[in-house]
Amino acid sequence: MPTSTLEKPAVAPAFQQVSLARKAKNGFATVLVWLSFLVAVVPLVWVLFTVIANGIKRLPFSNWWTEDFGEVLSDEVGGGVLHAIIGTLLQGVVCAVIAVPLGMLVAIYLVEYGRGKLAKTTTFMVDILSGVPSIVAALFIYALWVTTLGLPRSGFAVSLALVLLMIPVVVRSTEEMLRIVPDDLREASYALGVPKWKTIMKIVLPTALSGIIGGVMMALARVMGETAPLLVLVGYSAFVHWDIFSGEQASLPLLMNNERVTNSMNPGSVGFDRIWGAALTLVLIIALINLLATVFSRIVAPKKK
Amino acid sequence: MAKRIDVKDLDIYYGKFHAVDGVTLAVPPRNVTAFIGPSGCGKSTVLRTLNRMHEVIPGARVDGEVLLDGENIYASSVDPVQVRRTIGMVFQRPNPFPTMSIRDNVVAGLKLAGTKNRKELDEIAERALRGANLWNEVKDRLNKPGGGLSGGQQQRLCIARAIAVQPDVLLMDEPCSALDPISTLAIEDLIGELKKDYTIVIVTHNMQQAARVSDQTAFFNLAGVGQPGRLVELNDTEKIFSNPDEKATEDYISGRFG
Repeated sequence: MPTSTLEKPAVAPAFQQVSLARKAKNGFATVLVWLSFLVAVVPLVWVLFTVIANGIKRLPFSNWWTEDFGEVLSDEVGGGVLHAIIGTLLQGVVCAVIAVPLGMLVAIYLVEYGRGKLAKTTTFMVDILSGVPSIVAALFIYALWVTTLGLPRSGFAVSLALVLLMIPVVVRSTEEMLRIVPDDLREASYALGVPKWKTIMKIVLPTALSGIIGGVMMALARVMGETAPLLVLVGYSAFVHWDIFSGEQASLPLLMNNERVTNSMNPGSVGFDRIWGAALTLVLIIALINLLATVFSRIVAPKKK
Repeated sequence: MAKRIDVKDLDIYYGKFHAVDGVTLAVPPRNVTAFIGPSGCGKSTVLRTLNRMHEVIPGARVDGEVLLDGENIYASSVDPVQVRRTIGMVFQRPNPFPTMSIRDNVVAGLKLAGTKNRKELDEIAERALRGANLWNEVKDRLNKPGGGLSGGQQQRLCIARAIAVQPDVLLMDEPCSALDPISTLAIEDLIGELKKDYTIVIVTHNMQQAARVSDQTAFFNLAGVGQPGRLVELNDTEKIFSNPDEKATEDYISGRFG
């Protein structure tokens, strides 16, 4: 029997429209989020734009990448920043060679072995170290390397100061990556009769490697842009200088500072082009390192298919 | 192969917490023993003491003896690494190594112990995968990552990995609790086959499963809130599920527990 509309009881609908107040709050929050996004992004884009716009002039010339400033006058167009690139890379790599193994071992100790007081103290020390300003690290190395040991200021002294700055970052990122390796995997390995150290080397580290590489490269990029240790611990030289243990060695931040002091910074001047060119070169090198980090991470990351 | 286990007066502690009290039981070779009981009663804890996996947790320790064919695995001269090589374990959640291919997962135990011979490893991988009823499903993709398999396949991969090192005993900690009924059936069938060669101890929350796969069943229970777990009854599975000696066992099995 068909039911007529009259026989249906009138029921209030269970669901109602979104209230005006909620719509208003939603709209307000949306606007706020977008505004903060813009406020955060604008300076970033601005900086990047300035560096590229001011620095691009000299970069397309091949001598920028293959020559130093040794043979050109300070107000002469020409020459290149090879000496500074070499210095930056050398000091960065030497720093990484020391800081990465140390930092990783500390992280492995903290995650896999550390219990009780020593671990807590270590974590505390790493925390403090990560808060040390770079100029303090530089002065400490100066006091140790130059004043106490009587050794010359050099690129290596810079590397040592950078090591102090890099270790806490490496420890932290490695620690985090090791901690997210599930204990299931360690147990699975132990249950196969694999000793602990081998479990760490062959199971835990490879599983976390992708993230560790990312963190290490970020840390490296970070210290390569450091300036304070350079100003304190090594002199500027306009020539390519490979010896990291003695003599003056240029690097990109140092070159920028040196040009700022000795040269004109007016737009269009030689000094202006050199400083911004070096700035862009440094940004490019760091971007390249980050890119390499991403690629490496992808390659070693555990795959599904 | 396939050794017997005798547990004598085993007390298990986590730090100061007394987790399991005075367990004595015997597991004959080529036999499936099921551990059942409510959550927190210590059955997984007891299982983990059988291959010294228990002490991986900081502060955990045991009192008493676990004899493998008469040899105390807790004797001070015994290397826990060797114990674990002799007594394998399969865990609740499938845990293949994410960085390794299917083949490398299976032979991981041997490879990490130093076996290098490719051909030998290939043969062992095939034998173990056949033993775990997985060979036909993965033989064409041995070099693909183990993480790409389904949950049930991953668990059988873990079983293959455990038997590839040719242990004497296989411990299984709720191996089917994360699997669907079809994968569970596959694993249960596999347990039936594996028991021809191995001594198997399985922890399960599923009483039907205990009834289906095991020859003898141990029922564990808590003595009371905050008190240690203990072994209530160990008997032939048939007897446990039809006419148990203890009233507590009968209550638990018939669902009148708690």
